[in-house]
Amino acid sequence: MNAPDYHIPGSAAVAPAADAGPDEMASARTVNEVLAQSQVESVLDELERDLVGLAPIKQRIRDIAALLVIDKLRINLGLAAEAPSLHMCFTGNPGTGKTTVALRMAEILHRLGYVRKGHLVAVTRDDLVGQYIGHTAPKTREVLKKAMGGVLFIDEAYYLYRPENERDYGQEAIEILLQVMENQRDDLVVILAGYKDRMDTFFKSNPGLSSRIAHHLDFPDYAVDELSQIAQRMLTQQHYHFGDGAEDVFRDYLERRIGQPHFANARSVRNALDRARLRQASRLFSERDRVLDKADLTTLVPADLLASRVFQNPSS
Amino acid sequence: MMTNPTGKITQGQFSFLPELTDAEIRLQIDYGLGKSYAWSIEYTDDPHPRNTYWEMFGMPMFDLQDAAGVMMELASCRKTFPGHYIRLMAFDSTRNVESIVMSFIVNRPEHEPGFGLLRQEVGGRSMRYTVHGYASDKPEGSRY
Repeated sequence: MNAPDYHIPGSAAVAPAADAGPDEMASARTVNEVLAQSQVESVLDELERDLVGLAPIKQRIRDIAALLVIDKLRINLGLAAEAPSLHMCFTGNPGTGKTTVALRMAEILHRLGYVRKGHLVAVTRDDLVGQYIGHTAPKTREVLKKAMGGVLFIDEAYYLYRPENERDYGQEAIEILLQVMENQRDDLVVILAGYKDRMDTFFKSNPGLSSRIAHHLDFPDYAVDELSQIAQRMLTQQHYHFGDGAEDVFRDYLERRIGQPHFANARSVRNALDRARLRQASRLFSERDRVLDKADLTTLVPADLLASRVFQNPSS
Repeated sequence: MMTNPTGKITQGQFSFLPELTDAEIRLQIDYGLGKSYAWSIEYTDDPHPRNTYWEMFGMPMFDLQDAAGVMMELASCRKTFPGHYIRLMAFDSTRNVESIVMSFIVNRPEHEPGFGLLRQEVGGRSMRYTVHGYASDKPEGSRY
């Protein structure tokens, strides 16, 4: 076609924009040169700083970032660099940070340049599966359309498949999901999350799904050190801090609590701190005439923690 | 008088230009999404100028962030109705605007016969004029 003598707003801007990326980095031949021109470095630093523990997860993100950098270098030398499949599956015990990491992942992938918009759409079974025949497909497609250009996070993904009901519409949602995951890899990153054992059963009955997910990340349980570090951060965020000896009491609490049933890692820590705040509040509340200064209002003393059920019956 | 001087129907935006490519359509969609418009897809085989309401292809798409979603729906509409007119419309939900603010045709049939001018003699020397699409002589579904 001849060069048109009209101008469509926006179209002219595209041509330079498409060239700008390669042009600007075309001369880069070393990893450092690429790093200097992208945000990869700062993303990794931030990740290291903001998340406690989770070594395997951080390593995988580092690998993905490295691939991005190397791909840039490959493109500069005219080698083919296909966009990697980034669909992920997060498994792990309750409270190990699956949802938190997924929320950050959208931002990380956006800054690494893998997804265009970097928003996260978090859904569960209810948002994907319809209530009657013919309801599921449009519903799933609508969610997928909303997530395009960003990350689709399916929490408790194993609920999608209910083997006990053969007419369950979940299967239909999975099929549409698979199709889009395969065909529109550039537009959408899907992250499934769930507890390890139930996800394993889920994948066993949907082998196609498992093989289309490149990254199966298992979130390890936190150690006591990491949990108490997490507790410190939570308190700092809420403008509280441990008083004298309270931190040791809290570590003692964690050691006892870990052995007990229904321990949910960081979530249990948050709940324990919330209860400690309640006790602190009623402790202060009982002294009606006392003038409370800033230190009183922000300090959790050992007594606030020692009142916990965990310390009362150590035998259990 | 020619009712179809460009050999194609001119309705909505960009209709005097050559067909928009998919990349250009994507740009327009992104522009609209940037202004938080909701895109929707409609199709028809009766593009009479007074036929304002075309058939909806799926629901209007609210809360989208990226053009890929609309393009996916457009691709499936083109697959279903390859010989129909398909248009994209952007709805602006701003208070007191609440109407379609962008609309352009993204798919049209191979051959567009256009419209004929019909004259009707009424009392005395008066004439009444109307336009009539040649294609609409045929039944719905087999027009193009």
